Amino acid sequence: MSRIGVFTCHCGENIGATVDCAKVAEMCKDIPGVAYSVDYKYMCSDPGQRMMQEAIKEHKLDGVVVAACSPRMHEPTFRRAVANAGVNPYMCEMANLREHCSWVHEKGEATTHKAADLIRVLVEKIKHNEPLFPIKVPVTRTAMVIGGGVGGIQVALDIANGGHKVVLVEKSPSIGGHMSQLSETFPTLDCSQCILTPRMVEAAQHPNITLMTYSEVEKVDGFIGNFKVTVRKKARKLDEKLCTGCGLCIQKCPNKKISDEFNEGLGTRTAIYVPFPQAVPNKPVIDTLNCTFYKTGKCKVCEKLCPTGAIRFEQEDELVTLDIGAIVLATGFKLMKTDVFPEYGYGKSKDIIDGMQFERLASASGPTSGVMKRPSDGKEPETVVFIACSGSRDRSKGVPYCSKICCMYTAKHAMLYKHKVHSGKAYVFYMDIRAAGKDYDEFVRRAIEEDDVKYIRGRVSKIYEEDGKLVVMGADTLMGGEPVEIRADMVVLATAVQSNEGSEELAQTLHVSYDTYGFFAEAHPKLRPVETNTAGIFLAGACQAPRDIPETVAQASGAAAKVVGLFSNDELTREPIVAVVNRLPAPAYSHCVGCFLCLSACPYQAIEQEEIKSRSGEVIKTLARINPGLCQGCGTCVATCRTKAIDLQGFSNEQIYAELMTL
Amino acid sequence: MRIGYYPGCSLLGSSREFDESTRAVLKALGVELEQVPDWNCCGASSAHILNHELSLALPARILALAEQAGLTEILAPCAACSNRLLSAQQELEKHPELKAAIEKAIEMPYQGTVKIVNILEVLDRLKDRIAEKVKAPFTKHVASYYGCLLVRPPRVVNFDRPEDPQSMDLLLKAVGATPVEWPFKTECCGAAFSVTRTDIVAKLSGKLVKDAVNRGADAIVVACPMCHSNLDLRRAEINDYLQKEYAIPAMFITQVIGLALGLDPRDLGLHRHMVPVEFTETAGVQS
Amino acid sequence: MAEPFEPKITAFVCNWCTYAGADLTGTSRIKYQSNVRVLRVPCTGRIDYMMVLKALHKGADGIIVSGCHPNDCHYTSGNYHARRRWMVFKKMMEVMGVDMRRITFSWVSAAEGARWAQLVNEVTDQVRALGPYSEFRQIVGAGIE
Repeated sequence: MSRIGVFTCHCGENIGATVDCAKVAEMCKDIPGVAYSVDYKYMCSDPGQRMMQEAIKEHKLDGVVVAACSPRMHEPTFRRAVANAGVNPYMCEMANLREHCSWVHEKGEATTHKAADLIRVLVEKIKHNEPLFPIKVPVTRTAMVIGGGVGGIQVALDIANGGHKVVLVEKSPSIGGHMSQLSETFPTLDCSQCILTPRMVEAAQHPNITLMTYSEVEKVDGFIGNFKVTVRKKARKLDEKLCTGCGLCIQKCPNKKISDEFNEGLGTRTAIYVPFPQAVPNKPVIDTLNCTFYKTGKCKVCEKLCPTGAIRFEQEDELVTLDIGAIVLATGFKLMKTDVFPEYGYGKSKDIIDGMQFERLASASGPTSGVMKRPSDGKEPETVVFIACSGSRDRSKGVPYCSKICCMYTAKHAMLYKHKVHSGKAYVFYMDIRAAGKDYDEFVRRAIEEDDVKYIRGRVSKIYEEDGKLVVMGADTLMGGEPVEIRADMVVLATAVQSNEGSEELAQTLHVSYDTYGFFAEAHPKLRPVETNTAGIFLAGACQAPRDIPETVAQASGAAAKVVGLFSNDELTREPIVAVVNRLPAPAYSHCVGCFLCLSACPYQAIEQEEIKSRSGEVIKTLARINPGLCQGCGTCVATCRTKAIDLQGFSNEQIYAELMTL
Repeated sequence: MRIGYYPGCSLLGSSREFDESTRAVLKALGVELEQVPDWNCCGASSAHILNHELSLALPARILALAEQAGLTEILAPCAACSNRLLSAQQELEKHPELKAAIEKAIEMPYQGTVKIVNILEVLDRLKDRIAEKVKAPFTKHVASYYGCLLVRPPRVVNFDRPEDPQSMDLLLKAVGATPVEWPFKTECCGAAFSVTRTDIVAKLSGKLVKDAVNRGADAIVVACPMCHSNLDLRRAEINDYLQKEYAIPAMFITQVIGLALGLDPRDLGLHRHMVPVEFTETAGVQS
Repeated sequence: MAEPFEPKITAFVCNWCTYAGADLTGTSRIKYQSNVRVLRVPCTGRIDYMMVLKALHKGADGIIVSGCHPNDCHYTSGNYHARRRWMVFKKMMEVMGVDMRRITFSWVSAAEGARWAQLVNEVTDQVRALGPYSEFRQIVGAGIE
C-alpha cells in the first residue's frame, strides 16, 4: 500500500479565499493510500518546504501530491524539495488548485469539491508512478558551423577561442559571404573587405578551426551532443595540398567570358577561378559546367602550366562523416532578383540593378574598380534613382515583412554615389525610413542634409526606357500625391531579403522548423532567439530573419556562447520523460510486433529498428527501439502503437487510466 | 455558341463602331448575341463616386434582368461596364444585407449567378477559330493598349496580368499583327476627363500616342470606348499639345479582327473615326 | 425535487498550449463553470481515443480534447496525428451511434486564456442541455469491466 502525502497550499488568499483548504485536507485523508494530509499558508516558502520534508521522513511517505499552483510554475521547486527528503522527484505531482480552480471559479461547495477531485486524480496517478532517473548523454566537444559569412566566421572564432574544435562548412569556394561583396558598411562607411578579411584569415589559421569550403551538409543523424554529420566535399578538381595559389592557371585559362557570381553578373571570370582576390582559401576551383575540357575533352592548359602539377581533372566529390556535438546554422540570405517586377520592365534594362550589384559597382575591387559606370554603356550616370522596399512589405510579391537592411544601405548607396559623382543627382523613393539602430538615423539625416540626396516619400509605379534614359514614374505622397517623373540613367532596386537557396531542404535535413518564407524558426521569439526547437542546433544571422552585420555578429556570439555552455558539461542531463518499448523474456521479447507505425509517427526520428539475434547470429525478431537521447517525450508513438508495446514514462497508460478511473 | 450581350450606353453613342464591329465579328465567328432586355446604364464613371447604393443597384438590375432572361453569361464589351458589373456582383455576394436592400430597391430578385465576361475573354476562347478564318492578315505593327479598367483592380476583374497583360497581344499575333514592346499598356488615358478636362487628356493620351509612334506602331489597338474616345476624338487636342500632327489610328480590337476576317470596313464602323484608318509609309506621323 | 443536473466534463489537454492557456485563464481571473476536470498529457499526439471512451464509460457526460493550433505543436507534428486520428475516430463513433455533441475537439493556444473559458462554458452548457450520458454507460456497462 502506498503512503502518499497530500499538502494543500492556501497560497495566501489566492486559493484560500475560494477553496476551503482545511476541508480539502480533511477530505483527502479518506482517500485510500493517503497516509498524511495537511494544509498550509504558503507551501512553497522555506518553512512550507521544510514542513513537507519533515512529514515525508516522519510518516515514511513514498509519494507526494502538492495541491497548489500550476505545475508549470513550481513543479521543479517541489520535486527538488522531495528529492532532498530522499524520495525520487518523479514521485511528486502537483494538483493545480490555483490557476485551474480557485482563480476561475466562485467560492463555494462545488469549488472545494473540485479541488479535492483534482487531488484525488493525482493520488491515483502517483500510485502508478515509478521512480525515474535523469538521462545522461555524453557530449562530443566539436561544433559545426554551416555557412561561412560574417556570422559563421564569428561563431567559429568565438567557439574556437573558447577552446573547442570547430568545423566551418561553406558551400562556395571561399568563406566571406555577402559581406565580402560589400563596398562600404553603414553607418561608419568603413571598407567592408578591410574589416572582414583579417577575420577570414584568422579563421583559416586558427588551430581549433577546420575549414571545409566548397562543401555542403548532406545528412545529419543523431542528437544533441552526438550528431553524425555527413558533408559532401565537392571536387575542386585540384589537389589543395600541392596548389600554392600562384594564379598562373587563372591567368592562362582561355575561357574568360563567364558571368562572375561574385560581381553579380557585372564582370567576367575564367573557368578555373577563385571568386575574389582575397578569397580564403586562395585555391582555385574548376567550374566544370563552363570548362572547355569538360565540354570538348580538349584544352588542359591549366594542367600543362601548373608548376606543382596540382590539377586533378578526374577528382570526384568526397563524402566525409564527422562526430559533432552542436551545430550552428549561419546560412545567410539571398536578394530578390530584379526580374520579378513587371512594373519595372522585369528588370530587362541593364541599368536597373539590385543593391548587391550596386555594391560591386561602388567597390574598389569591383568590375569598374569603384568608378561609377552604368552597366549598359559604361557612361557615368548623372541621375540615379534608388527605390527602397522593392518587393519588401509587398504582399503581391509574397514578402509582407520588412527586409530591415534596405533603408540603411539605400542611404549608404546614395551617399557613395554622391561621393563619387559630385555633380550627380540621387533620388530615393521610400515608404518609411526605418533607421532604428545606433547612429543609424543620424546616418540617413547625413545623406539628406549633407549629401543632398533627394528623398521622395512615395512608390514608383512604372519604369520604362526612352531615348537611352530610364523614365521613373512615381508619386510624392507628401506633396498630396503629386506625380513625379524622373529621367534617370540608372535605377537601383533595394530588393527584398529572402531566405537563402536551399534553406528549406537544409532545415528538413537537420529537422529544424522554418517559417512560411523559409527562414529558420527560433525556439522562442523573445527568450530563445538563437536556439532552434531541435536541441543542440543554434542559429545566427540572416538565416533566421533579415539582419544587418552588427546584429548578425551579436547573434553569432550569442549562439557561440550557447555552444560553449553546452560544451562545458561532460554529460548532458535530460528529463526522463521519454517513451520506452517494453521488453519481455524470450520467446516474445516484446509486445512489439515490428509494424513500425511508430517510426513514421515520430517527429524526431528517435525510433530505430533493433534486431534480436540468436546465438548463431540469426535474426529472430525486429523490434522498435527508442533512442532516449532523441526522444522528446511527446507520446505520439504510444498512441500509435497497436500492441501497446510502447509507453511514455511519466505519462504511462497505467497512470492515465488510473486518473480516468477516479472520475 | 450563344451569349448574353450588354452593350451599355457608350456602344450606342460615341462608340457605335465598337458595337457594330463586335456584332459583326462575333456573327462571323458563329456567336449569337442575345441582348439583355430593358437594360439600363451601369452607372460607370459617376455613380460609384456619388451614391454607393445606386452604384450597386444599377448593375444589379442589369444582372437581375439577365437572370430573368435565362442568361448564364453576359458579354459587356465596354471595360467600364464589365468592371462595374463585376464590382457590384462581388460586393453583393459578400454582404447579404446589402443584397436584400438592393433587391428591394430594384424590385426584382437578384441571385448573382450570371458570369460577366469582357470582349478579350470571349475572343480568346475563339482564338483558334479566328486564326482559321483569317483572310487578310493584319500585317501591321500594333501597340496593344488595355487601359486601366480591363485588368484592374486585379482582385475584382481577376483577368490577365495586371501590370503586363498579354491577352490582346496574343489575339493580335493570331491575326498576323506584330505587337510592339511598349511600356504603356495599362497607363491612364485620362478617361472621363474626356469631357471636363481635355487638357489633362491631351497630356496623358499624348504620352501614349507619341510613345506608340516612337516605338514603330502603325495603330493603337484598344478594347474600351473611353480609351478610344480619348485617343481618337481628342486627337486634335493631343496634337495641339504635342505640337505635331500624329495620324496613327486608334482601332478597336474587334475592328482589327474584323478586317483580318475580311469583313466590310463599313460594317466595322471604320468610317466613324475622327482619325482616318489609313496606313501610310510615314508610320503615323504627318507633319 | 431532484437536484439540477450538473454534467461531468473531462478535458484532455496538451501541456504546452491548452494547459498553459488554461493557466492564463487563471492568471487573468476569467471565471468559468467548475464542471471540467483537466487531464494533462504532454501532447495531443499522446491521446489514445480509447481514453475518451473510458472517460465516458466512467461517468463523464462530455469530453474536450484540445491542443496546440496546427503548426504550433511543441513537438512539431503531434497535433496533426491527433487530428488525423480524430477524423477517423469521429466517423467511427458516428457509425456506432455515439452522440458527437458530447465530444469537442478544439485548439487553444497558450495565449488564448479567454478562449479556454469560453470553450469550457460552451461545452458545459451544451452537455447540460443534453442531460446525463447514461445511454452510453448502459450500452457499455453490460459487457466490459
